[in-house]
Amino acid sequence: MKAIVSVIGNDKPGIIAKVSACLYNFNVNIEDISQTIMQDNFTMIMFVDLSKSEVGFDKVSAELDKIGKEIGLSIRMQNIAIFQAMHRI
Amino acid sequence: MTFNNNEILETIDMLDNQNLDVRTITMALSLFDCICDDPQRTALKVYDKITKKAANLVKVGDTIGRELGAEIVNKRVSVTPIALIGSSGGKFLPIAKAMDKAAAEIGIDFIGGYSALVQKGITPQEKLFLETIPEALASTKKVCSSVNLASTKSGINMDAVKTMGEKIKEAAHLTADNNSIACAKLVVFANGVDDNPFMAGAYTGAPEGDCVINVGVSGPGVVEHALKKMRGADIAAIAETIKKTAFKITRLGQLVAETASARLNCGFGIVDLSLAPTPKIGDSVAKILEEMGLSEIGSHGSTACLAILNDAVKKGGVMASSHVGGLSGAFIPVSEDAKMMEAARRGTLTINKLEAMTSVCSVGLDMIAVAGDTKAAVISAIIADECAIGVINNKTTAVRIIPVEGKKVGDEVSFGGLLGSAPIMPLNAGDPSVFISRGGRVPAPICSNRN
Repeated sequence: MKAIVSVIGNDKPGIIAKVSACLYNFNVNIEDISQTIMQDNFTMIMFVDLSKSEVGFDKVSAELDKIGKEIGLSIRMQNIAIFQAMHRI
Repeated sequence: MTFNNNEILETIDMLDNQNLDVRTITMALSLFDCICDDPQRTALKVYDKITKKAANLVKVGDTIGRELGAEIVNKRVSVTPIALIGSSGGKFLPIAKAMDKAAAEIGIDFIGGYSALVQKGITPQEKLFLETIPEALASTKKVCSSVNLASTKSGINMDAVKTMGEKIKEAAHLTADNNSIACAKLVVFANGVDDNPFMAGAYTGAPEGDCVINVGVSGPGVVEHALKKMRGADIAAIAETIKKTAFKITRLGQLVAETASARLNCGFGIVDLSLAPTPKIGDSVAKILEEMGLSEIGSHGSTACLAILNDAVKKGGVMASSHVGGLSGAFIPVSEDAKMMEAARRGTLTINKLEAMTSVCSVGLDMIAVAGDTKAAVISAIIADECAIGVINNKTTAVRIIPVEGKKVGDEVSFGGLLGSAPIMPLNAGDPSVFISRGGRVPAPICSNRN
């Protein structure tokens, strides 16, 4: 499955390091990454591939959520299908 | 990257701040293979079929919701009208109990289809069935009932209209200690549809297949948010914005419907293009009308605004889905919409204005609480009015009205959860009982020379 990981909140050091380490541990490949400040919020968006990960979507998602809570940011992972459906004909 | 950040953040904003969700995935099951002449055995077969076919419905729905980051609020089952399934055995209440038990077993919130289609005539078994509806609703938790009383092809069955006014009163009485809640699970239709995923009116019509997934989308908050950016724009621009927004909302519904039907190994039925409110702030259909320029829903202009909204939702949604069906349009349930409740309390929103609005919206008089001493004949007359609107205009109309026992005009009633709360609304004081007591059938209308 391809998915989008989005991180939204106040900027602080170590965000990319923590999220990337988590994805690396679960063998989730980061195919693209961008970060920007939008509406006063730090926003990082990663395009990831879970096809080589053995642990499954829910496990990775739960771990990302945990990291988000630890560092006080919203981190979520969503199947890319929802963006495909809503923004492409 | 395939998407730009704005697109991704727009979707996330809709989910986080505008209450975008998928309101229901409803598994539509045929129960024709459960018919036998022993009512207990029929009930057992009904239980077995529901628990087998829909065993994974909740799990699959929740998994898809997690993967997409979009909540699928309700998981439900609709079945073939039980008046058809139980006729051979001659008893219907054991089937209602079996449906309730099965619904609890698989963890769904409602099961629809304790229903009868009597728009033209009533068989002796269907007559017996209608008698059981109040008890079936009072003695179960999750079972919903609907009765189709009229159609453009057949006219209006006034005998059934009279009976259902009485049954609604009985259902209210049997659940008097719980705000007559049974009536919230009972809806009567004109031109009822075979593939509606929404409760209380979901049933699986006879022409449907064995097992399909029907999806009801929602998202009034998303439409309202989009219109906030359109202040000062003319109505054509408003309609365009609603269309574009409805397209995006419906694409989510289509994705969920395709994914769920593949994972549950059954067919994809339809997507119902609906804007269904909840009592939550920011999830209101009435607020969209207010954003269009009304000070409050119920004011003059409400029917026009609702017509614009309803039409634009359909136009946007139709292109987003391969199969569209159900009730498709905007719902206006008074107790389930925070802004409608407010307007009803203030007296801006009256039953007469609501009736006018039902001639252009997707359903009808929905979740309206009235005084407990309302006569059965008055309820039947309200139903007859709605049936007339539906039959003449070739559209679905419905009535879900709750004569709350012990309550009078000005009181408040709370039904809990998504059913919300409402003021007891005043009705017209005239007496229609002679008209209702006539019985018979309203002839089907002529469909040429339409004025």
